[in-house]
Amino acid sequence: MMANGATPESHRLGELGSKVFFIAGLIGLAGLLISFAIAALSEHGWETFGRSYLTAFMFVLSLSLGAFFFTALNHATRAGWVVVLRRFSEAVASNFVWLWILFIPLAACMYWTHMYHWTDAEALAHDELLAGKTPFLNKPFWLLLAAAFFGIWFLFSRFFYNNSVAQDTTGDVSLTHRMQRMAPLALIVYVFTQSYASMHWMMSLEPHWFSTMYPVYFFAGTCCAYFSLQIIIMYVLQRAGKLKDEITLEHYQDAGKLLFAFGIVFWAYIAFSQYMLIYYANIPEETGWYLIRQMGGWGRISLLLLVGHFVVPFLILLSKHPKRIKGVIAGIACWMLFMHYIDLYWLIMPRIPTEAMATAESYNQLAEMAAAGDIDVGYGWNLLDLTCLIGVVGIYLAGTAHRLKNCSLIPEQDPRLSESLVFENV
Amino acid sequence: MSQVPVMPTTQAPPPDEFETVPSGKIYGLMAEFDTPGALMIAAERVRDAGYRWWDCHTPFAVHGLDKAMGIKPTILPILVFVCGLAGATMGTVLQWFTNSSSFDLWSGLPGIMVRGYEFFISGKPASSFPTWIPVIFELTILFAALSAVGLMLLFNGLPRLYHPCFKSKNFARATDDRFFLVIEARDPKFVRSKAEAFLGSLDPLSIEALED
Repeated sequence: MMANGATPESHRLGELGSKVFFIAGLIGLAGLLISFAIAALSEHGWETFGRSYLTAFMFVLSLSLGAFFFTALNHATRAGWVVVLRRFSEAVASNFVWLWILFIPLAACMYWTHMYHWTDAEALAHDELLAGKTPFLNKPFWLLLAAAFFGIWFLFSRFFYNNSVAQDTTGDVSLTHRMQRMAPLALIVYVFTQSYASMHWMMSLEPHWFSTMYPVYFFAGTCCAYFSLQIIIMYVLQRAGKLKDEITLEHYQDAGKLLFAFGIVFWAYIAFSQYMLIYYANIPEETGWYLIRQMGGWGRISLLLLVGHFVVPFLILLSKHPKRIKGVIAGIACWMLFMHYIDLYWLIMPRIPTEAMATAESYNQLAEMAAAGDIDVGYGWNLLDLTCLIGVVGIYLAGTAHRLKNCSLIPEQDPRLSESLVFENV
Repeated sequence: MSQVPVMPTTQAPPPDEFETVPSGKIYGLMAEFDTPGALMIAAERVRDAGYRWWDCHTPFAVHGLDKAMGIKPTILPILVFVCGLAGATMGTVLQWFTNSSSFDLWSGLPGIMVRGYEFFISGKPASSFPTWIPVIFELTILFAALSAVGLMLLFNGLPRLYHPCFKSKNFARATDDRFFLVIEARDPKFVRSKAEAFLGSLDPLSIEALED
């Protein structure tokens, strides 16, 4: 164990952290400003901006949510192997202390535009179904829940981060006990908050449609996001000469297993379960959501998700050997992170052409209209998608680097650190 | 006399003329060690000496012992993968056949007609792939899991009700605090006196001969 405060150079982010903080921060700010400018200058700009921004925001939010879940899970299970990787999840989750700032533009878009259909008073007047959902889907409640969720995430993630960092200097084992006592509560709270957040912020984009599997699907996505990011952090830090001896191939293999199990297999299992039930029941109010996602350009994206988010990475990561080659597993992690963005894009961007669906004579006619672009199914890349993503991810990277820079890269005095250092897969 | 006395290390080896041929009477020679480290070093020496039929017995999994023993990676995962694929294929063909009246098995043979029956369920087409996936999935898991367990038992020579090691009194401590290395007599390199001398050079607590 290191003496108090005297952590070695390789346990500190140091220069690298400052560099990332400034460069990513500047790029992020520029991206956001450009996005705001484009939105302000174009017609219906803010509604387009709203969806693009939501995609980008949910992308970084899922990283922090996944990290939050993973931190709490490791304390709840008293996991020993993971200790050298735990600071990453604590730091990424503790982005919640400022992430709510990035949520403000979204709340503004919800409040002042018709980005969410249920905010349209005119539609509410004519639509009985929408009117029936107003107790859950209304502006004050939406804002109230959002504030509550960010407050909860703020408190919990700060609790884990601060206690763990405090232990670096004091070595106080009772801090570990405190975190272990809090972890199950954090997990329960996590399930509810991320479920309702995904319903309110994403599923309610199509307020007529509903699926109880949706929050679970989003949960699988958050796991995919963080477990990919975790491997990328491990790889990048080791390439930069940090934690060379502390993180071993055994940790890569286990991080790879988590990505494989949660991000690939569990995701596919949930995605199929949701699809299967809706396909089999064949109820018009449910099938529209999938119908539009298998027409025109969205059909290609759906297939890309099937092959790129499941089949190919599944076959590659099935064996243990690719998980133990750092370059390979890091490459797959980057790919999965990209796929996760596509997945969110696929969730958020498509629009159900309700009128055309009601009047079209057949499925084929609807498909032809969608392919020809006669109806708006929301397909088509927009410059805002890119600028919002660059903006939000840039800020997020800067924030993460800043969090990691202020502490040691591993929990220096965790009672299970030695177990983690010599951990081996049998 | 049913019980063969355990041979202490100090006992003089039998005459040399018996020693030039591998002994058929004993199962092998067992060396006992105090620590996993000592066993690990011994295993490396035995591996480097070129013995093929030998094994280690420890109370718990010793990390790195596989490498020290020079054990090749198992081909079990590949076989399990193949069996999983077989399960997937079977699930597909089974449903394809049972749901399709146009798929006529053995139609060329006289007097035999086996054909599927088209089920129409909630307006789905007979060959509706999404509805097949749960069955394909389950059969894949079933085949892969059963083959994993079955082949693992087969490769380990299990179930096995008797092992010569159990004749040794000391061996009871293999589940407690002692570490054993056994060179079997069927090893082509096995010559009793040489093997005994070799094991003795590894500094064990004791060496004993195991009756077959």
